[in-house]
Amino acid sequence: MERKIRVLVAKPGLDGHDRGAKIVARALRDAGMEVIYTGLHQTAEMIVETAIQEDVDVVGLSLLSGAHMTLFVDVTKLLKEKGMENVLVVGGGIIPEQDAPKLKKAGVAGIFAPGTHCDDIVDFIKKNVKR
Amino acid sequence: MIDKKELEKIKKSRSDWEKTCYLPHKKKHPEHKEKFENLSWNEIKPLYTPEDIAHLDYLKDIGFPGEYPFLRGIHPTKYRGRLWTFRQFSGFGSAEETNERYKYLLDHGETGLSVAFDYPTLYGYDTDHPLSRGEFGKCGVAISSLKDMEILFSGIPIDKVTTSMTINGPAAIVWAFYIANAENRGIDRRIIGGTIQNDILKEYIAQKSFIFPPEPSMRLIVDTFEFGYKEIPRWNTISISGYHIREAGSTAVQELAFTVGDGLEYVKWAMKRGLKIDDFAPRLSYFFNAHNDFFEEIAKYRAARRIWAKELKKLGAKKPRSLLMRFHTQTAGCSLTSQQPEINITRVSLQALAAVLGGTQSLHTNSMDEALALPSEKAVRIALRTQQIIAEESGVTNTVDPLGGSYYIEWLTDKMEEETYQYWDKVEKLGGVLPAIEKGFYQREIANAAYKYQKEIEKKKRIIVGVNEYQMDEPIEIPILEMDEKGEERQINRLKKLRKDRNNQKVERNLEALRKAAKGDENLMPYILDCVHSYATLGETCQVLRDVFGEYVEPAIY
Repeated sequence: MERKIRVLVAKPGLDGHDRGAKIVARALRDAGMEVIYTGLHQTAEMIVETAIQEDVDVVGLSLLSGAHMTLFVDVTKLLKEKGMENVLVVGGGIIPEQDAPKLKKAGVAGIFAPGTHCDDIVDFIKKNVKR
Repeated sequence: MIDKKELEKIKKSRSDWEKTCYLPHKKKHPEHKEKFENLSWNEIKPLYTPEDIAHLDYLKDIGFPGEYPFLRGIHPTKYRGRLWTFRQFSGFGSAEETNERYKYLLDHGETGLSVAFDYPTLYGYDTDHPLSRGEFGKCGVAISSLKDMEILFSGIPIDKVTTSMTINGPAAIVWAFYIANAENRGIDRRIIGGTIQNDILKEYIAQKSFIFPPEPSMRLIVDTFEFGYKEIPRWNTISISGYHIREAGSTAVQELAFTVGDGLEYVKWAMKRGLKIDDFAPRLSYFFNAHNDFFEEIAKYRAARRIWAKELKKLGAKKPRSLLMRFHTQTAGCSLTSQQPEINITRVSLQALAAVLGGTQSLHTNSMDEALALPSEKAVRIALRTQQIIAEESGVTNTVDPLGGSYYIEWLTDKMEEETYQYWDKVEKLGGVLPAIEKGFYQREIANAAYKYQKEIEKKKRIIVGVNEYQMDEPIEIPILEMDEKGEERQINRLKKLRKDRNNQKVERNLEALRKAAKGDENLMPYILDCVHSYATLGETCQVLRDVFGEYVEPAIY
């Protein structure tokens, strides 16, 4: 049997807005993926540690506080340092258009704004997961 | 509300109308949906008539504004006397930048202030704490000490304008900053007015910016109630909030039931402490969301007023003012779309109109660009102008509760009240509000509703203009607010200087006194005020309480 895609849905930083993260976590689970949700208030170290422990293929970051340029980038950097560049990183939240290209360059492969269809996230992950 | 004979006649005519008029017409021209539902998934009939409200007694259940049960409003003259307060939630970057924005808003006709704090402040951390990384000034203003509070309100007449502060975990400390700042400016603490949100229950339920576990949090809140009515009598010591519950994905009925349920929980805790209900209840205030279903929102506010008055009376309140549900409203941030952001202006107008028709005391209208970033100056101005158009041009302020007596509105108001009591029964069965939080009851209810709603949008069962219908592929042209990049550095330098220049022995002494008091059961407000007056920072003061009370970790449920 083929191994299911394993996804870590994570909430970095102090932001408590978890509606989107929870909806996406459920949608990915309903699409047949294995989902681990970190809960709130995670540091980059905690997220990467969990990603390693859980041997995930995808890390989905959700942040609505505006700190994505720092906190998303912290996570991608640390993943690279730990030799986990094969993990697909995606993110969502209140992210201005002009930040998206910079985040992509830093290793966040897909950015999903409010109003995204969950199926689009599922499709993106299936298409881009590296394994 | 109507005599039996008359009702029989209406019933017969309505039934005839259905047979001879409605159904034949519907057969020829089908309705565009099988089933019509509001946002709480209540089925809505094609028509409401006197039959639907026949069980209501006008004098007992509806009554007059300014009189029990206050369904039609808490003031007899309503907006004919005084308009609602135009209060835009605002804060970003450093205290200097936000101070400028406040002056701008006041210059453009805003009548009350409302402070948005950044995440470190909401969690009681100073800007230079490691966990503050990346968050400085991002979704609110950074306030780490009395010094920052002085700058935030410099040149603003805080003896005249009232200020609402969205702060919960460290509310007592931030309130102390505000009081201390007023005192240092020579303003009597008895005349300053405003609100602290201070509603920790909805933090556990939905918004998640909690610090301490429930019990010590509730103790701190009761401390502020007591200190408030004794010392700062014009202050609303809590704003019991449904807003965040709704933003997290609840239905309107859940928002109503969970929020007013929280309100009663605070009353019970304060009474358990020995406070007299008529001393503190007049300073309890509320905060609701204004979402998309126009009539459902109006019914929600009306129902909330009636339920609160009834319940407070049951708990023994005698003063009329104790029974009044005064509330602020904010239009629904979660309803804004990042697609075609300009059309959010229209959404916000309708939501704001619902809040006004529901009788709000104070209103925030969201800016069109908030699904993308913090609002630009122009976007905020348009949002404020939206309120002004409703107030000055629409004519809806001419009479009190203009929708009162509508068969549909009165039926829906009653229905929402009934469902609120059903939710309370469920909570009661779980052992009450705190056990229900610990068991994840609210969190699960909200997550389920949020997921169901999202799936309906994705299946096009609900249409969101610009998202799943009427889409456009166009570049988004919204000017994005640029923040001063030097702000964080300036703030950290200010903190360093503050820690060097102040009397550190005095700070230590005050923090130790607070620690000792926190271990006992005295009211902590005077101790906190001493700390902030000596320029102890938010982080330092909060750390003392963290040491004594511990920190709350929530169960992650999705």
